[in-house]
Amino acid sequence: MKRPCAGICRVAAVIFLLAAGAWTSAQERFITVASTTSTENSGLFDVLLPRFREQTGIGVRVVAVGTGKAIRMASSGDADVLLVHHRPSEEKFVAEGHGVERLDVMYNDFVIVGPDADPADVAGRGVSAALGNIAAAGAVFASRGDESGTHRKERALWKAAGVEPAGAWYRETGSGMGATLNVASGIGGYALTDRATWLKFANKGDLEILVEGDAVLFNQYGVILVSPERHAHVKAADGQAFIDWLTSDPGQEAIDAYRLEGRQAFFANAARR
Amino acid sequence: MRMVAEADEDLVEIVLLSLEVSLSAVAIAAVIGMPLGAWLTMYRFPGRRVVIALLNSFMGMPPVVLGLVVYLLLSRAGPLGQYGLLFTPQAMVFAQTLLVLPIIAALTRQTLDDLHRDYDEQFRSYRIGPLPGTFILIREGRYSLATALLAGFGRASAEVGAVMIVGGNINHVTRVMTTTIAMETSKGDFSLALGLGIVLLTIVISINALVLLLQSREKLA
Repeated sequence: MKRPCAGICRVAAVIFLLAAGAWTSAQERFITVASTTSTENSGLFDVLLPRFREQTGIGVRVVAVGTGKAIRMASSGDADVLLVHHRPSEEKFVAEGHGVERLDVMYNDFVIVGPDADPADVAGRGVSAALGNIAAAGAVFASRGDESGTHRKERALWKAAGVEPAGAWYRETGSGMGATLNVASGIGGYALTDRATWLKFANKGDLEILVEGDAVLFNQYGVILVSPERHAHVKAADGQAFIDWLTSDPGQEAIDAYRLEGRQAFFANAARR
Repeated sequence: MRMVAEADEDLVEIVLLSLEVSLSAVAIAAVIGMPLGAWLTMYRFPGRRVVIALLNSFMGMPPVVLGLVVYLLLSRAGPLGQYGLLFTPQAMVFAQTLLVLPIIAALTRQTLDDLHRDYDEQFRSYRIGPLPGTFILIREGRYSLATALLAGFGRASAEVGAVMIVGGNINHVTRVMTTTIAMETSKGDFSLALGLGIVLLTIVISINALVLLLQSREKLA
């Protein structure tokens, strides 16, 4: 006798078997790190994390978002370790009791990119002069507008330049660094970006680096263990192990050794203890 | 495109996870949604029309809104925070299940309701109760019901807003096809993003073709 729904039943069986697979994936030892898109997109974690895991057996799950969102995530206890790049926000995070201690890990720098035609004439200038020229020329500037570390840095730079960025030329994308660079590339605008994201960015179009090397473009990354007193479930020991490794010689050497497009992308500068 | 063709381990892992998450979501949503749809067809009760209107409206729920709601639920600061489900594949299944459930329930109800209109008189004259009646309707409407499941799967596998928020796009853990496409686009690597998009489309088309094939074989049998 032929079953009436043989075909459908077979499909259903396959679906349920596949579904069961999703729930049986092995539970491993891991910590969750809230970090920024720049560190993730640069490929640095792809080199660091397997090494750390090899030495300690601890897996690291990185959720890469803007610094602002990463800090909010960590504040609500959804991460064990915070690795971001906006020192005032990081210090506030620790001062409010969300974090245990803030440590330097590494730095690189920001650059201002823009169309090679450079309509606002900013090439080779200092940051304040460059931003002043962009505003005066009304040249299009693509801003993150997402409370990320880069966005906060950018606002501080406008403030230092004595310019209130507003008007049709100032475009807030409200999205990540890469997406913002896509906008700048698409409309021939200027943008502030960290160097690692820029090096890895594949849709440069006619954009190129126009301003770099100014001391104010320094970009420090810090690491913080989320307070286990505030959030009892935080994996303090494994999180601390990750922080200890990052700031120790093997971790620092791995950071320095990482090359992006043949260039050193991050410079380790943890205080040796 | 060449990068996609050289299917490396990471890519296979991403594709398999996408399938697992979306198929799990469809399976769970089917187990809940199909009986719900049948129940709405066979039983009249006060507020039934409101439930149907709500289901129909939730079919258009923006994934990103649903993702945010699930995020807030699963966050350590949220009501289900103690289970630590945020940024796991389970969280993604949970979000997609909620996304797909209204579609499967509403389409099931629609299908069975249309059939019920034709069969109602016969059910009455042969004194067939609601439960056996449901099975007759399901048997008659099985092709449309399979299409409802496919619609659910299409919605689940294509959405990026919810899985990005509740999954976090963590490499090797919660990175699925759509979040990878979004990430590669943001890196400006359009060719890889487009290649993955083609893989995604191919899978959806293959699954649809498979179901069509099964249906036509069954019709012949």
